Amino acid sequence: MSLSSRHLLGLQGVPKEDIQLILDTAATFREILERPIKRVPTLQGKTVVNLFYENSTRTRISFELAEKRLSADSVNFSVGQSSVSKGETLKDTIKNIEAMKVDLVVVRHAAAGVPNFLSRICNSNIINAGDGIHEHPTQALLDMYSIREKFGKLAGLKVCIVGDVAHSRVAMSNIFGLKTIGAQVSVCGPSTMIPKFIEELGVNIIHNIDEAIQENDVLNVLRIQLERKAREYFPSIREYANYFGITQERLEKNGRDILILHPGPINRGVELSSEVADGLNQIILKQVTNGVAVRMAVLYLLGTLN
Amino acid sequence: MDVKAKIIDEDGLSRIITRMAHEILEKNKGSQNLVLMGMKTRGEFLARRIFESIEQIEKIELPLGVLDVTLYRDDFRTRLKQPEVSVSNITFDINDRDVVIIDDVLYTGRTVRSALNALMDFGRPRSIQLCVLVDRGHRELPIRADYIGKNIPTSNQEEIKVKMKEIDGEDAIYLMENSVKN
Amino acid sequence: MKTLLINCSIIHPEQKLNEKKKDILLEDGVIKQIGNLSSGISADKIIDLRNNYVVPGFFDMHVHLREPGREDEETVVTGCNSAAHGGFTGVACMPNTDPAIDSAEVVKFIKEKAADHLVDVFTIAAATVGRKGEVLSPIAELYEAGVVGFSDDGTTIKTSSILKRALEYSQMYNLPIIEHCEDESLSGGAMNESINSTLLGLPPIPSIAEDLIVMRDIILAEYTKGKIHIAHISTKKAVQLVREAKAKGIHVTAEVTPHHFTLTDDSLKNYDTNYKMNPPLRTRTDIDEIILGLKDGTIDCIACDHAPHSLEEKEAEFEYAPNGIVGLETSVGLSLSELLHKKILSLEQIVEKLSINPRKILDQPIPQFKEGEMANFTLLDLNEVWTVDISKFKSKSKNSPFDKRLLTGKSIGVVNNKKMLFDGDFFDL
Repeated sequence: MSLSSRHLLGLQGVPKEDIQLILDTAATFREILERPIKRVPTLQGKTVVNLFYENSTRTRISFELAEKRLSADSVNFSVGQSSVSKGETLKDTIKNIEAMKVDLVVVRHAAAGVPNFLSRICNSNIINAGDGIHEHPTQALLDMYSIREKFGKLAGLKVCIVGDVAHSRVAMSNIFGLKTIGAQVSVCGPSTMIPKFIEELGVNIIHNIDEAIQENDVLNVLRIQLERKAREYFPSIREYANYFGITQERLEKNGRDILILHPGPINRGVELSSEVADGLNQIILKQVTNGVAVRMAVLYLLGTLN
Repeated sequence: MDVKAKIIDEDGLSRIITRMAHEILEKNKGSQNLVLMGMKTRGEFLARRIFESIEQIEKIELPLGVLDVTLYRDDFRTRLKQPEVSVSNITFDINDRDVVIIDDVLYTGRTVRSALNALMDFGRPRSIQLCVLVDRGHRELPIRADYIGKNIPTSNQEEIKVKMKEIDGEDAIYLMENSVKN
Repeated sequence: MKTLLINCSIIHPEQKLNEKKKDILLEDGVIKQIGNLSSGISADKIIDLRNNYVVPGFFDMHVHLREPGREDEETVVTGCNSAAHGGFTGVACMPNTDPAIDSAEVVKFIKEKAADHLVDVFTIAAATVGRKGEVLSPIAELYEAGVVGFSDDGTTIKTSSILKRALEYSQMYNLPIIEHCEDESLSGGAMNESINSTLLGLPPIPSIAEDLIVMRDIILAEYTKGKIHIAHISTKKAVQLVREAKAKGIHVTAEVTPHHFTLTDDSLKNYDTNYKMNPPLRTRTDIDEIILGLKDGTIDCIACDHAPHSLEEKEAEFEYAPNGIVGLETSVGLSLSELLHKKILSLEQIVEKLSINPRKILDQPIPQFKEGEMANFTLLDLNEVWTVDISKFKSKSKNSPFDKRLLTGKSIGVVNNKKMLFDGDFFDL
């Protein structure tokens, strides 16, 4: 069984069977992470380039570990800023990399559509590690894997994505993936942070965090960006934390043993209180471990395609 | 593929398993350091039956693991279809143990090679031994079995089909042949 | 030199001409006779138009010629070649050059570059110095140098008081202010705000960014009694606002680009920057209102906003790529395919939109089909089916989303300034 595309550009339009294959394959790799020698020779001789235009330590390390544990040759190409200010065009950069005979490219970029663009101009298989506010498919896949690990299923579960949905590629990929696999998805956040037209995707909108906790099995809590421009969408961090932050009191008040996910890094005291961030409802560190397994699965499935 | 002959029936299979269990215990002078490792898919069921047989004989439960070697295959580039991976299950330490790999059919030897590599990533066994139900010849690597249920020489047009109750509904070993005449 | 065009179908909406099988005799580029002339006329050259159409030369009032400053993308000459091959005998070029057209010297420079061409080049000068929106340009001096309008195109005149003054001042010369309507505090995105912007993850530009400025500009035009022309109108609301304003007698006119009546923001699924322009492609609902606006005269003319860009600039991350597409060589084909052949506009109406009205807005004389007049024609084959091939564009730049598109109808030649382009070649008359 193979994936239907040789790229992973996003989860929009990806068939259910593909998602299931990735999640099932990830289970194999999850087991490998428990062994003393966390390595298999499967991608020996394959070269993977991590083309990261945006700074990201955790995603890049996660991919790098996944690549090395598959015995692939892993190369990091960290470009400080966009090609525009660097002088070399994006097209030239990727063509140069391709000329070095690279099999897979894992790309992260601040502009949406870059993985799509790369897939059209070079021959390597492209994996999107996050493009602007468009998609971050491997994050959503590891979120789904983690949810499935806890509940044994995904279809029929009620998942709510909390936070700045309008500017979150994690949210978008989760919405696409979860809807495909049959979960019920809702979003919760201040109106200024919910994208217009989101209901057309079959997603419910909630503005009250208590309601979100009461009605859902899982909360995927997004990171609030604290940079100045992002903060124009809500009056203050304090207000956000008071009205949308998840605290232990909120969980207890709503009597819920709800599962809490967070893509990291956490702003303690803002979207999650420290107590919740370290508490029993969250599986944040499990997500990180699962992340390596899911990325190994994606690299394996795309790297061994003929 | 058509059935050419039924080589072993249910009773035959049962006797072979009992005999191999005894052979394993004999060669290893008892069961103290033994570990059984079944290869997916049918090797897993064989291993369990040998485990039960040894349990009956020695009144002891040996550590039993399941090994999936897909990720160690050597034919990714040449295969047309991507093979499906599944999960290995080895919950014990194999360092310094005598590991008996159990599989249904030994043919080219490449699967066993993969298994050897896989096991090395789990630790450093004291020894690795190979137990197979059928040896059909045509080795492409220098691999040989320590315990053989039955030697069945075959041609390349033929195939050995092992059926086990757990998954196929019956116990038997069939010799199959390619019905298409070129 | 005498040139005889035979078997012409002639349409001139102003002169109420609509005749078939006529012949036109030109002598040194001037109309000598129009009628049934075949017998007894000697001519140096006879061109059989085979019943194709002769209409007053098309005029595109929104073109970026990029010279001075970006001659790598286009020059006055290559832009005029592109215009001629597209079926235009006149263009008005926008001032966002480097330096901007905000002084008589730059106007003169451009005039000189265009001196010997079949295509007439008129200049639109910057409304404010350097298009910075701070200080009015020397409007009188520019008028004397021959500019036909003012605009800070590429950007809005942000300060209402400056626009008010520009409207008041330019009235003395009966010149329009052409406004690019965009509230920049609301825009700054990469595509129209719709479900597509959410799906594609591209920062959105809400339609109200255009509507708010259109509304402001209309009120200013009403107050000052000046002439406002809305450039590249693209939203339903903007069209409705212009319609209401016209009904009240306010002096506002509007133009639309062919891409805004042809394409929607669904085209952006592949992040192809050839679909990135400003204002962005909108939705079906907006196109429907634009079509109504073209039919009922709310939208006065078609202007393609010809915006050449170099390949390396366009072949970039969608969000960072510059806005705009070349349009001179597809405008007529699209207008005929999408408006004439879909029975939205008649041929007369198309000629009004592409030839008559742009000149009226810029207070330029309409070419006449009369003996003694300088011949200024566009020749049209309404039925020729052809495929757009950007590699054959005369423009230096090839940034067009219409490559390989099948169109019905095109210009087969133009006549102006004692020159003719026919069958792909220029020759003197």
